[in-house]
Amino acid sequence: MEVAVVKYNAGNVFSVINALSRLGVKAVLTDDAEVIQNASHVVFPGQGEAAGAMKCLRDTGLDKVILGLRQPVLGICIGQQLMCRHSEEGDVDCLGIFDTDVKRFVVNPDDNRWKIPHMGWNTVTDLGGFMDLGHSEEWMYFIHSYYVPLSEWTVGATSYCDIKFSAAMQKDNFMSAQFHPEKSGDAGYRLLQHFLKL
Amino acid sequence: MEKGGAMLAKRIIPCLDVKDGETVKGVNFVDFRSAGDPVALGRAYSKAGADELVFLDITASHEGRMTFTAVVERVAREIDIPFTVGGGINTVADVERLLAAGADKVSVNSSALKNPDLIDEVAKRYGSQVLVLAVDAKLDFEGDNDAWQCYVNGGRIPFGKRLFQWCREGADRGAGEILFTSMDHDGVKCGFAVEPLHKLHEMLHIPVIASGGAGCREHFKDVFDKAEVDAALAASIFHFNEVPLNELKTYLREEGIIVRI
Repeated sequence: MEVAVVKYNAGNVFSVINALSRLGVKAVLTDDAEVIQNASHVVFPGQGEAAGAMKCLRDTGLDKVILGLRQPVLGICIGQQLMCRHSEEGDVDCLGIFDTDVKRFVVNPDDNRWKIPHMGWNTVTDLGGFMDLGHSEEWMYFIHSYYVPLSEWTVGATSYCDIKFSAAMQKDNFMSAQFHPEKSGDAGYRLLQHFLKL
Repeated sequence: MEKGGAMLAKRIIPCLDVKDGETVKGVNFVDFRSAGDPVALGRAYSKAGADELVFLDITASHEGRMTFTAVVERVAREIDIPFTVGGGINTVADVERLLAAGADKVSVNSSALKNPDLIDEVAKRYGSQVLVLAVDAKLDFEGDNDAWQCYVNGGRIPFGKRLFQWCREGADRGAGEILFTSMDHDGVKCGFAVEPLHKLHEMLHIPVIASGGAGCREHFKDVFDKAEVDAALAASIFHFNEVPLNELKTYLREEGIIVRI
């Protein structure tokens, strides 16, 4: 088993590589199309800004490489958002694996219940697909200001700002998490372990 | 409001002081062999239910700083919950070094008071989410609606700036969270400074972390219920196992506070 972690201008990926190492798998951080295509599993991580990230993926041709993958792929955080059709962040067209749009949390400035970014531990419910680990809910660690609405591909849902959104999605071999499994303690560990068995 | 998943969990954050790569305060929480190792202690806290960890470098020397960076690298490799590092962060280069070592967030304190532009620079370069503005303050004035004074150099030197004014400025400049330690409450174990913490929660649109004063589990309930803060930090009560973390979280859940268990 060799896991490829897609290298592009998406910020801190050490935590993903560290988490994979704790699971005992060899992970390579790479932007080499051939290495990515030949990996058993691909992780598409990210922190950063959608428009700049998409530009980087297009400039390097990694957008087409990702779209052509047949092995299990896991997008994390902005990775999930980039797998959608369009993002309000920088008003940019994305990869379009999930035919839905990414929106920004909007908060009334007088409402102190909600702070943006959505940062901290929240529960994920309505679990299905690769998120089905045998529990009715899982606590996961989130940090994001944009979200993907619920859709037919949602396999885990979380509520914030009175909005219930996609915490995880799946379409065939493409899976995604809005939260950070690599920072979500035991629940995240079990999820990554499950993904690597697919 | 929908039940389940509707609110973020209130975070419980143990803080570890690290000097020359070793945990400073004595510990009953883990067995003696690993008590001095911040990574072993951090892992034990994580297993007991800590939601985040703070590692504070209290070393003064350059060699100590490098030792601390190595500790941060080990924490990042071995622990799978978010962690913040602080102490001796004076420049963007310091931030760069600690983030590159794998820290999720950095906290700045005296250096930001002395050079507020540091907040803007770090937020602009790495995003607000990596930056915790730590503030130590003391109730020094009377008959004044911003009577808490900020202190620098580990609470040794009064700085003149007022708490609320400084926190608002910090948030405007791009701090992602405020960590307020009341020097009047710290170490006294009579509860957190609920009143100023609640005011900070009301006036800011970024998370507020309460620090200083925790002595028993009821103090955590109070600070979450009355001050409505997002997180509470403590050191010695966890180190000496006066309030076991897992029992604290069970208690808070029974009291109706949303916590991750």
